[in-house]
Amino acid sequence: MSSVLADVLVVTALIGALALVHRPLGDYMAAVFQSKNHLRVEKWIYRSVGANPDAEMRWPAYLRGVLVFSAVSVLFLYLLQRIQDKLPLSLGFKPITPDQAFNTAASFVSNTNWQSYSGEVAMSHVTQTMGLAVQNFVSAAVGIAVAVALVRGFARSRSRTGDLGNFWADLVRCVIRILVPLSVIAAVILVACGAIQNFGDIHSITTLTGDKQAISPGAVASQEAIKDLGTNGGGFFNANSAHPFENPNGFTNLLEIFLLLVIPFSLPRTFGTMVGNVKQGYAILAAMAVIWFLGVVAVTITEYAHPGAASQLAGGAMEGKEQRFGEGNSSLFAVSTTMTSTGSVNSFHDSFSGLSGGVLLLGMMLGEIAPGGTGSGLYGMLIMAVIAVFIAGLMVGRTPEYLGKKIGTREIKLAACYILITPALVLIGTALAMALGKGESSMTNVGAHGFSEVLYAYTSASNNNGSAFAGFAANTEYHNTMLGLCMLLGRFVPMVFVLALAGSLAEQKPVPATAGTLRTEKPLFTGLLVGAILIITGLTFFPALALGPLAEGLA
Amino acid sequence: MNTSFASSARMAWAALRMLLVLTVVTGIAYPLLVTGIGQVLFNDKANGSMVEVDGKEIGSKPIGQSWNIKGTDKPDPKWFQGRPSNSGYDPLTTGSSQLGASDPTLVKNVKAAKKQVAEFNGVPQSEVPKDAVTGSASAIDPDISPAYADIQVERVAENNGLTVAQVQKLVDDHTDGRTLGFMGEPHVNVLELNIALKGLAAKS
Repeated sequence: MSSVLADVLVVTALIGALALVHRPLGDYMAAVFQSKNHLRVEKWIYRSVGANPDAEMRWPAYLRGVLVFSAVSVLFLYLLQRIQDKLPLSLGFKPITPDQAFNTAASFVSNTNWQSYSGEVAMSHVTQTMGLAVQNFVSAAVGIAVAVALVRGFARSRSRTGDLGNFWADLVRCVIRILVPLSVIAAVILVACGAIQNFGDIHSITTLTGDKQAISPGAVASQEAIKDLGTNGGGFFNANSAHPFENPNGFTNLLEIFLLLVIPFSLPRTFGTMVGNVKQGYAILAAMAVIWFLGVVAVTITEYAHPGAASQLAGGAMEGKEQRFGEGNSSLFAVSTTMTSTGSVNSFHDSFSGLSGGVLLLGMMLGEIAPGGTGSGLYGMLIMAVIAVFIAGLMVGRTPEYLGKKIGTREIKLAACYILITPALVLIGTALAMALGKGESSMTNVGAHGFSEVLYAYTSASNNNGSAFAGFAANTEYHNTMLGLCMLLGRFVPMVFVLALAGSLAEQKPVPATAGTLRTEKPLFTGLLVGAILIITGLTFFPALALGPLAEGLA
Repeated sequence: MNTSFASSARMAWAALRMLLVLTVVTGIAYPLLVTGIGQVLFNDKANGSMVEVDGKEIGSKPIGQSWNIKGTDKPDPKWFQGRPSNSGYDPLTTGSSQLGASDPTLVKNVKAAKKQVAEFNGVPQSEVPKDAVTGSASAIDPDISPAYADIQVERVAENNGLTVAQVQKLVDDHTDGRTLGFMGEPHVNVLELNIALKGLAAKS
């Protein structure tokens, strides 16, 4: 079988599997967040925390829950890294330096999982499992909770009090009923396929040639599962999902891609079910799927064509890729990870051709909405839908409405603020780094590709992706601090606008649909939505892309 | 002011307790449960799929190794060789070169590797496959392409006192296809191949 045919089968199998679970998982998640009952373990959690899961919160209270919980998480994770040498199972690793510990704490709490450290020689067993992996769960759950709050803003019509649900209940249910059960299943499959799962020591062996080799230990499979499922992406090892202990074969590779796409692609169903019209969910899903699929095709074709002097000479674009995955399975992973805000990698994007690198960058610049991170993808896409409805409204001169809610001045201001935040962080962050000379000193490559490394780093951090053109030497005091700030602001400032919008929508009484209402469940709207996304992103980032990947790709 | 400070402090205290409780669930119970299941049902794999020869551990099946002559950076002609590694197959420094597809340094590296592999195996440069001249992503890629294994057969046979047919059969036996026929790429695990080679050479 040719590689191309095999790749087509892999993509087909992936789409088939995602389609198969779309309805059941989407409906299950909707049921979880709409349920009136609490499981026994959940009751125990609420009791020991002193939270009332049935108290409705308006948006300021919901937001305060998100922010306070995340702030406490940053402090806890920072502290854990700083004292890891005093705790058991330290593997002899030193405490992480203050700037790097801040960067890592910001990174994992903001669901970015940018890594300026090498896991195999930096993080102890305790830091990995009780610090990093915990944030993999809860940061994903926070994202989903905020998305669910926004959906409630659209869905609720009767109360008019602006209630968005209870943050603690959403957080706990998401972890207990969705993320933990799915992770256990995925992790056990990964161990069965050869991912390691132990709490041993670094293990030295003598090879047949008489050399010494050190074999790393770790609770890898359990972390790998939630790393992908929660669209986190922080690798246990520096090589991330290219490491054979994280991703041993072609099947685990496909499983991991499935895991990182499954929740983001199922949430539109949850949305459709909760607003009482599943077709609205399909329109959103279609927009996500179209962009993702175009990205997969573009990168796969470019990598097989292997432009670039070095790849041409080698006869293929295999630099930074593993033999067991090849170009096709690596391209599929790369597009899926950059478009879901995951950031785990099974191959190194820095060595992809200039144009592929540009597509991967664009995937992040779209705002991580195709299909985007767990939760953040859905709320990002819904904001874009609000913008698209607004543009359509301008064209025909009608007050725009979406799902029966009027998109007035307040709503459109909030949506506009949302879409301005990340571009501002990316462009100002990149410009500052270059102007201060901090960019150049951290580049591995020269020229346009070197600039792409800096742009990629700030794009990845601000959009909470976490993948890297890893040639960029990010572990400096300057970049650790600046990227850390970009990650926190890029995560939580948009959440403020999302929840404010949700609150304002929830207070509205829905208006009945008329003949003049834009039918947002139709393909026409999906087309409008995709167009709006591409135009907004294109206008914002084209100059920066022209300096980096386009200059390299066309050179 | 005072009341809002008090309510924020109360919320922070609740948030901290929530984090600690969820840490117990996802940071302790979850990894221990998976470790328990893994250690009982898949003990060998959970511990790294270690490989033994003559009762001694000599490597981990999924982790690539260097096959250089001991203490040098010269490849040993009696072994099958793996892909170029950014770290000399040190599992404690995983990761790739990070060089771009048109980077001048990478061009130089590929050129040098192509020449070296061709001369080392006595084949024309046009027959050297792409995986033989490009660094892997992990730096510990355990595999090579069947094509790269094929061009090494003659050299390996000669240096081990074996026939080309014997060694070619070994390569064919150790070539793994795609998982279920379509996932991933065909590959040859170099460690397993070399262990089998050692066994065959000892017998003859």
